[in-house]
Amino acid sequence: MSVVRVSGSLVEAEPVPGVAMDDVVLLGPAGVPGEVVAITGHRLTIQAYEDTGGLAPGAAVQSQGAPLSAPLGPGLLGAVFDGLLRPLSAAGPWLVPGWGAGQNDARRWEFTPAVTAGAVVEAGQEVGTIDDGPVRLRLGAPVAGVVGDVAPAGPVAADAVVATVGGRPVPVTTRWAVRRPRPYRERLTTAEGLHTGQRVLDLLYPVARGSSAAVPGGFGTGKTVLLQQIAKWCDADVIVYVGCGERGNEMADVVAELSELQDPRTGDRLARRTVIIANTSNMPMMAREASVYTGVTVAEYFRDMGYHVVVIADSTSRWAEALREFASRTGALPAEEGYPAGLPSALAAFYERAGHVVTLGGRRGSVTIVGAVSPAGGDLTEPVTAHTERFVRSVWTLDRDLAYARHYPAVTWEGSFSRDAETLGPWHAEQGDPAWARRRERVVALLADADRLSALAELVGVGGLPGVERVSMLGGRLLREGVLQQSALGTNDAHCSREKGAALVDAVLAVVDRCEALVAAGTPATAVEETDFGPLLRAARETGPDDAAGVAARLEAVLAGLGAPT
Amino acid sequence: MTALVEYTDVAELRGPLLVVRGVAGVGWDESATVAAGSGAPRHGAVLEVDGDLAVVQVLEGTEGLRPGGTRVRFAGEVLHVPVGEAWLGRVCNGRGEPLDGGPPVLARRRAPVSGYPLNPTYREPPAEPVITGVSVIDALTTLVRGQKLPVFSVAGLPHLALATQIAAQATAGGEPFAVVFAGMGLTHLDAATVRDVLEERSSAGDLLLLLNTADDPVVERILTPRIALTVAEHLAFELGRHVLVVMADMTSYAEALREVSAARGEIPGRRAYPGYLYSDLASIYERCGRMRGSPGSVTIVPVLTMPAGDITHPVPDLTGYITEGQIVLSAQMQARGVYPPVEPLSSLSRLMRKGAGPGRTREDHLDVAAQILAALARARQTQELAELMGTDALSPTDQLYLAFERELREQLLDQRGDEARTLEQTLERAWRALLTLPRRELTMLPSALLAERGV
Repeated sequence: MSVVRVSGSLVEAEPVPGVAMDDVVLLGPAGVPGEVVAITGHRLTIQAYEDTGGLAPGAAVQSQGAPLSAPLGPGLLGAVFDGLLRPLSAAGPWLVPGWGAGQNDARRWEFTPAVTAGAVVEAGQEVGTIDDGPVRLRLGAPVAGVVGDVAPAGPVAADAVVATVGGRPVPVTTRWAVRRPRPYRERLTTAEGLHTGQRVLDLLYPVARGSSAAVPGGFGTGKTVLLQQIAKWCDADVIVYVGCGERGNEMADVVAELSELQDPRTGDRLARRTVIIANTSNMPMMAREASVYTGVTVAEYFRDMGYHVVVIADSTSRWAEALREFASRTGALPAEEGYPAGLPSALAAFYERAGHVVTLGGRRGSVTIVGAVSPAGGDLTEPVTAHTERFVRSVWTLDRDLAYARHYPAVTWEGSFSRDAETLGPWHAEQGDPAWARRRERVVALLADADRLSALAELVGVGGLPGVERVSMLGGRLLREGVLQQSALGTNDAHCSREKGAALVDAVLAVVDRCEALVAAGTPATAVEETDFGPLLRAARETGPDDAAGVAARLEAVLAGLGAPT
Repeated sequence: MTALVEYTDVAELRGPLLVVRGVAGVGWDESATVAAGSGAPRHGAVLEVDGDLAVVQVLEGTEGLRPGGTRVRFAGEVLHVPVGEAWLGRVCNGRGEPLDGGPPVLARRRAPVSGYPLNPTYREPPAEPVITGVSVIDALTTLVRGQKLPVFSVAGLPHLALATQIAAQATAGGEPFAVVFAGMGLTHLDAATVRDVLEERSSAGDLLLLLNTADDPVVERILTPRIALTVAEHLAFELGRHVLVVMADMTSYAEALREVSAARGEIPGRRAYPGYLYSDLASIYERCGRMRGSPGSVTIVPVLTMPAGDITHPVPDLTGYITEGQIVLSAQMQARGVYPPVEPLSSLSRLMRKGAGPGRTREDHLDVAAQILAALARARQTQELAELMGTDALSPTDQLYLAFERELREQLLDQRGDEARTLEQTLERAWRALLTLPRRELTMLPSALLAERGV
């Protein structure tokens, strides 16, 4: 039971009796954690989660007897963890190997029982709750059965047992193997929109709760800023933000901003509904690989309490590269661009953990996954991007030209899609916005038309186009500058309510309609184009995030300036 | 050093690698000493241990080693270097051995060269500038303390001159400052020039120069940036200095990594660089930053030549995904006689928004920078139009933009290699260029600022 070979994070050892695939083992005197990835008659292959510097053949291997598992309980919200879900607040400034050993959480949590002894409960049904900031944790029964004893209301430790059901304990903190999806009663196919607060997404490429989206974009196109905006403002109950192999300074920025910003819905700090998993690019590579599973597991834990959860993974490419690095160390045969042949199934398995479900306890909850993709060389045909696009419902492609022209978010309408858009139309209608689908259709058509016409105008000159086409081009510009562009800075435009988003689009469409009528009635296109559309174009930035009335007022000003056709 | 076991059973020599048999208790990444005959002992690190075999990467190369008569000793720990102010004012080779005729650098404290990851919750978001004295950088892509901002260049452009100029001139507004310059794969002529230019700052005791030349062993190149950063981290986080680490050229570094990877028989990734290039580069670049509770900072400026000018080549591409922006040099700017030939439109400092402006540099800085970039973009379009249709076809406003571009180039972008401008001088030059444009074109400047200037 000792180490035989060490080559970076790849460790081989003599077989340990009883050890199974995926079990976690501790290596050497520092207790460096690792995971069993292959077992042969005479060797165990282990991928270490931390630096193996100094680890020598002959060092002890201790089995933990279980696969990599995340402790799920109070204290997750508002905290920052590494890829193995160890709280980084428990570590010093430098992450030396073995830093996570022997942590002890002395905090107490206020428990409120929801059942009494002798009651009969179903599996997953709530037996008690713990308030953790703005989110109430619901402790579910592990099996269906009779409640034995229940702890009285009062403070409990994170490792306490608060009840028994059918002879099984109900602990405050449960452990769950991160690579195994948590069970639910059934998957729902009905669509329900997730409001991201980013107009271009909510309007053109919407994502449903329980769906999945990918954000491909080369460096400098604004992926991280877009994801941070979604994390801050989307209408989920809980956000799990996984910084997977990304920049340390950016992670620090996310933590700092979330702690400062206030959640418009709860009034609490945004950080209190957020779980941050930070495995930055220089933290151990294999913990980076584990981090996306850890993140999804935490999300499923909150989903199982009936919450809507969004997982943001920045970036899935770094995760795929960790797969590749390790595959190459173990000498696995490479498939496309050196990635292991299992890449597509690994991607599918990750994104398939998204879903809108009925939980075991009978509540409705969802996990929505948004993954950033960082294509090598900005090449969108590389394997991670190409395979990801097959498994997600929405793709928000970021474009370097738009970013260089300072058009943010640089979501390009050529390379993006949403397979949820169609089913969300009826849902928006139910929510009181029956015009949603038609509005979206018109915007898409107008943008496509404007793009086609500007290509034409480059050949024949704007003057060579008939008035009605010049109005279409004008409409495209007004949509881009007045609606699709959105400033992440400042308080007014960082997020946008459904009502204000709809008002902005309706305002532009009303202006386009008026311009068309004017041109049809004989007003020269040049006169229309030279109108001051400033009030409309500045409306997004200069009215509050919920101020649909402010937008309407500006529309009136612009219409008055245009005048009515005579 | 206490009497350590000496191993003599060399099983294999291949490229920079040496395989020794019969070892016991030797750990991965442990440092080793290799002695042969009467020559100076060589240094190495363990790349792999398998039972009683250890694969050692020999820093000085394996030339002249033979299976018999080679003695290998292991240090029982990963490679450590002394750290402290004793490094400042010194010129050393890529392994940290003196080239200046002085004694070996000694210090009471030692630290592992591989460093440890900085706990993300201890990171303080960077927010104050490093003033480089180079106008185009200070004005348009401000370098921020704790940032990593690479210079992307192509062979033949004066990136080394720019890197050296930054190393010679940079300051942190009067706070304790130090520079660590790590040269990797430099030609002897370049190395001599770098030494000359940095002589003054070095003799002032502000600068450490580590020089790995092109004919030095490639394996040493893998160590050079790590020694530089280990020294820098200590100066910054223990001694409270703002440390600027300039690393030239990271392409040479990556090639050295590829060479060792190939010698180990690893499965090659993109363009035969090892599959772990991203993680490896990150283990270097991510050592920048600021730490909660420490006044110091580590700022990293890596310089890399893009092979054939290709920004999608793995080294610049992966670098771009780790760093916070980039300063791009272009042959077009060089052809227009501009030094440094920075292309402002494709250059970007992601942290500038936090590190410049009110309370950081000057009230008007961010507005001025945004207006210059917007006007330059327009001027470039106008130039293209002028090339197609002739300048006569341009509107009077277009003509003004051409004049603006000329003024910007001469006033702000172009500068002497030994000229250090204060931020005041830089921003005044920026204004002079901007004011060639009429008020109606300066839409990104607040009207209060324009009024101050009498526009």
